[in-house]
Amino acid sequence: MKDVMKQVLALNGDEAVAYAVKQSDVDIVAAYPITPQTIIVEKFSEYVANGEVETEFVCTESEHSALTACLAASATGARAFTASASAGLALMHEMLFVTSGCRAPVVMAIANRAYSAPLNIHGDHSDTMAQRDSGWIQIYVENAQEAYDSVIQAFRIGENNEVLLPVIVGLDGFTLSHTLENVEVLPDDAVKKFVGIRQVPLVTTHEGKSAPFKLDPENPMSMGPIALPNYYFEFKRQQDEAMKNALKIIQQVNVEYAKLSGRKYGNGLLDAYRLDDAEIAIICLGSTAGTVKAVVDELREEGIKAGLLRIRTFRPLPVQEIREALGKVKALAVMDRCISFGGNGGPVFHEIRHVLYDLPMRPNVVNYIYGLGGRDTSPRQIREIYSDLQKIVKTKRVGELVNYVGLRS
Amino acid sequence: MQSEWKFTAKDIAEKPDLFMSGHRACAGCGPATVLRLIMKAVRGPTIVTNATGCMEVVSSIYPYTSWAVPWLHTAFENAAANASGIETALKILRKKGRIKQQQVDVIALAGDGGTYDIGIQALSGAVERGHDFLFVLYDNEAYMNTGIQRSGGTPYGASTTTSQAGTVVPGKLEQKKPIADIMVAHEMPYVATASPYYWRDLIEKVRKGIEVNGPAFLHVFAPCPRGWRSDPAKSIELSRLAVETCIFPLWEAINGEYRLSTPSKVLALAPQKKKTVKEYLQVQGRFRHLFTPKFEKMLNEIQQITDAKWQRLLKKCGMTQPAKAA
Repeated sequence: MKDVMKQVLALNGDEAVAYAVKQSDVDIVAAYPITPQTIIVEKFSEYVANGEVETEFVCTESEHSALTACLAASATGARAFTASASAGLALMHEMLFVTSGCRAPVVMAIANRAYSAPLNIHGDHSDTMAQRDSGWIQIYVENAQEAYDSVIQAFRIGENNEVLLPVIVGLDGFTLSHTLENVEVLPDDAVKKFVGIRQVPLVTTHEGKSAPFKLDPENPMSMGPIALPNYYFEFKRQQDEAMKNALKIIQQVNVEYAKLSGRKYGNGLLDAYRLDDAEIAIICLGSTAGTVKAVVDELREEGIKAGLLRIRTFRPLPVQEIREALGKVKALAVMDRCISFGGNGGPVFHEIRHVLYDLPMRPNVVNYIYGLGGRDTSPRQIREIYSDLQKIVKTKRVGELVNYVGLRS
Repeated sequence: MQSEWKFTAKDIAEKPDLFMSGHRACAGCGPATVLRLIMKAVRGPTIVTNATGCMEVVSSIYPYTSWAVPWLHTAFENAAANASGIETALKILRKKGRIKQQQVDVIALAGDGGTYDIGIQALSGAVERGHDFLFVLYDNEAYMNTGIQRSGGTPYGASTTTSQAGTVVPGKLEQKKPIADIMVAHEMPYVATASPYYWRDLIEKVRKGIEVNGPAFLHVFAPCPRGWRSDPAKSIELSRLAVETCIFPLWEAINGEYRLSTPSKVLALAPQKKKTVKEYLQVQGRFRHLFTPKFEKMLNEIQQITDAKWQRLLKKCGMTQPAKAA
């Protein structure tokens, strides 16, 4: 950290992502435009036009082909990046599973956006939540700075031989993608050194030889084969194992990156705020954490023991770490920027309740669905949530399990 | 465009098989023969990518493979997008000095479903972007892998499991999509059609498609005994009949300029050698209903349509049929 020259730039979240990609020795960017991601590829096109990057930029005819090209390039040994949102991510759905199944560490930024219909270009988490079981690591960021830092980290995490999984870095549409912030960037050479040249792992062939895990004419390998019931299951189990390994690697990369930049995000998995002695707490993902932190500070001033747990890494879900972080909390509100229709609450709520079930003393947990289609969530509304939690602690009774924030009646 | 490569039958026989035996294709499988021939035409290091389909399924059942070259399958609709990614990666990795080979060719393989229908978007996009790859369509004229469902490549009148010939409906009611012409309309450098009976012509065209800078498209006729209800011993004979009846003429379009390939040119110059479509249709169970009184008028119709298409092709090739010209 001591020798690194830092520079502060005014960048919005999308530009911060593009800047990180520019510095990360990416071999191929293949993408298709969609709001609110578009600035990323526009900015990248500018870098290409000005000869600032040694990267092939492929403007595909669809998101499906964008991710396919990234996957195929990754299988050829290249470092690949793409970006998308909402409908674009939905169109990639099939390829998300194929990419993780082929163990291709593609990195993708998602400017989180609502799903149609009705059409809406604004922020919520419906797009990535719908892909939570696609085998991609999912990191949700709080601000443009973290978007920049996380994209750089994502290459290191995904390409780690114990992981070999694709990574989504989610930044809230418009709130982060289009909002200018001061972003401290690292020098090009520092990032290049941190990410390194992509190394593919060596695998053992049927002849007992060691060969690089890629499409290599010197060591022909069939990738993406058909696996029948006698082998398929093992492939899937290995992917789940890789996710478990990612829990460790994400924390290591977080520490290593902190040494370089001076910045870290909790333990890389969870970012706790004034949670140690908290009696009531909120769990959320993404930019909303900034608002919640401000409210926590106000409440603390008033002597209320409020805290926040921001889930930075949603996949893999840091189960043990969440249990440890919330063990002393009496009432907990889980904020979901996504609905699971007919599922009695949002996806984060479901998972947190599942995680806490095995605790001997578990808090009351309530769900707040908020901010769908880009609706603002105010500090006042956050205060109301904490106030509800206080009532729960006091009365030991939970009213509505699933609540909606700032919704017309 | 003339390839420098000259070869004899012996050369081909002696070249090692890069699409190897042991795959699980059916007896008489046209596509498997086509793949074997295609892989005889490669000039050096080659990466193959395969759309989902029969050939992918029969050749890559884990932990076995029939491929002696690097091979990638990812999904059904995206063989051309796979090729885009591979070709782009090779280009940049070579530029950065991270791969040794100066030249690695890329071949994308897809059936008719993966080309005419679900794959056409990725194909059109990849060709528009000008990636340097050869796309080979092995056309067995229906979704054979899933059990003989009709595709955009299924011919008029063919009975499939989703265009069944019944008492009222005489099989598929729509025409086969002119896929190779659609590719020519992309103004790409090389488009050709080929048939495995004319194996030398096929191998030459594969090599040209590989040698050309930029995208190339090869439409290969590939009989499927299971789907066509034809004798597995007759697949190669059918490949010949399709050309001799002008159902599947052989041609090339080099930079948009059409020209007939020899087996079809012979018929253009000597129209009396042209066989009737009936000879081709009658040996296939998928057209059996056309030989019943109720639907037999379709035979004439198919003959007329085939003749009209042939005339249009001759015009594109700058040849008019002497007998009909008057």
